[in-house]
Amino acid sequence: MNINFTLIAQAIAFAILIWFTVKFVWPPLLGAIEKRQKEIADGLAAAQEGKASLEVAEKKSTQSLSEAKQKAAGIISQAEKRASEILEDAKNQAKEEGDRIILGAKAEIDQEVNRAKESLRLQVSSLAIAGAEKILLKEIDKKAHSDMLNKLAKEL
Amino acid sequence: MEQEGTLSSPSQYIEHHLSFNTQGAEASFWTIHIDTLVMSVILGLITMGLIWMVAKKATAGVPSKGQAFVELLFNFIDDQVKNIFHGDRHAFIAPAAMTVFVWVLVMNAMDFLPVDIMASIYSLLGIHTWRSVPTSDVNTTFALALAVWFLMIYFGIRVKGLRGWLHELYTAPFGTKIWVWPFNFLFNLIEYVSKPLSHSLRLFGNMYAGEVIFLLLGLWAATGVSGLVFGAILGAGWSIFHILIVVLQAFIFMMLTVVYLAMAHESH
Repeated sequence: MNINFTLIAQAIAFAILIWFTVKFVWPPLLGAIEKRQKEIADGLAAAQEGKASLEVAEKKSTQSLSEAKQKAAGIISQAEKRASEILEDAKNQAKEEGDRIILGAKAEIDQEVNRAKESLRLQVSSLAIAGAEKILLKEIDKKAHSDMLNKLAKEL
Repeated sequence: MEQEGTLSSPSQYIEHHLSFNTQGAEASFWTIHIDTLVMSVILGLITMGLIWMVAKKATAGVPSKGQAFVELLFNFIDDQVKNIFHGDRHAFIAPAAMTVFVWVLVMNAMDFLPVDIMASIYSLLGIHTWRSVPTSDVNTTFALALAVWFLMIYFGIRVKGLRGWLHELYTAPFGTKIWVWPFNFLFNLIEYVSKPLSHSLRLFGNMYAGEVIFLLLGLWAATGVSGLVFGAILGAGWSIFHILIVVLQAFIFMMLTVVYLAMAHESH
């Protein structure tokens, strides 16, 4: 165990090694590691952000979906209402039309009946006149009694 | 074992293995241990050079296997320093801790080289005394501890100012009353002396003892068949245990470095 100049030489070597490490070895390693740490932290933050925005988008999509459903239901109910309205209208119209047709037919029938009555009346009056002529022969003046017969025919 | 032929006694064997390859006048201050210096500088250049080559190509993207390994080391040291030192650790203390840990670790790890096989390889190169483990030379551990000691004083003065540092020397830990100043100073003196001593001698003692035990087991293995068997088994056991010691001592040396430098930044 003898202390000698080796000590000083070793100390110088030690100092140079430390200087070398401080200057050339440590900084690039530190830089690389810190940069990677930052990149990883950024990546994690971005992932978090993405997750959050995904959640927001999901919420939005479910909201708009339910809105659309509501709208569709409204439209369907409106359409149903409209359809029943149209149906009702059509029914009413048909009924009116039918009524009108029936009314027209009735009027025609009445007319027809009246016409038949008229012609029957005329025929009856002429028949009555012919009958009376046959019965009375010349006793009756056609002219004198025609007024009376016409009056009679009108009363029928 | 190869040395048995040339070296006659066990004490000579151990002495041979524990003598340095020296340069300069024997037993003077200007002696230099060539083996310690060459081994430590080569190891430092190789390891820090390898780490540097990885660091130069360091990418923030997917790291290569080498970069992943270096980052493992980086994070391990950075975490340790972060827990102890609460300033800007990246400016000096953390890289210094990395240097200390890596360098001391590889210097300690030279203890795994089997002493006699290495000795025969060295003698093939014409070198007859060569110690492979720089940290079992007290000059190395003292050099590191003293460098840390000077850094400690440097940071103490830089953070607190010369006046503040001197003030603390006399007023901490017992208080500012004038009659406790001598006690404070004595206390701090002991602290300043004991820090580099315990710092360096702990590492030196562990590595030196490890080496000596390998040598003793080598000696036992040379005594015969039973010695060979037990020497080999115990040698293997000691090697395995030594893995722990090598890493642990490097870690302790680094932690103490960080603790001392962090303490220098704190004012009482």
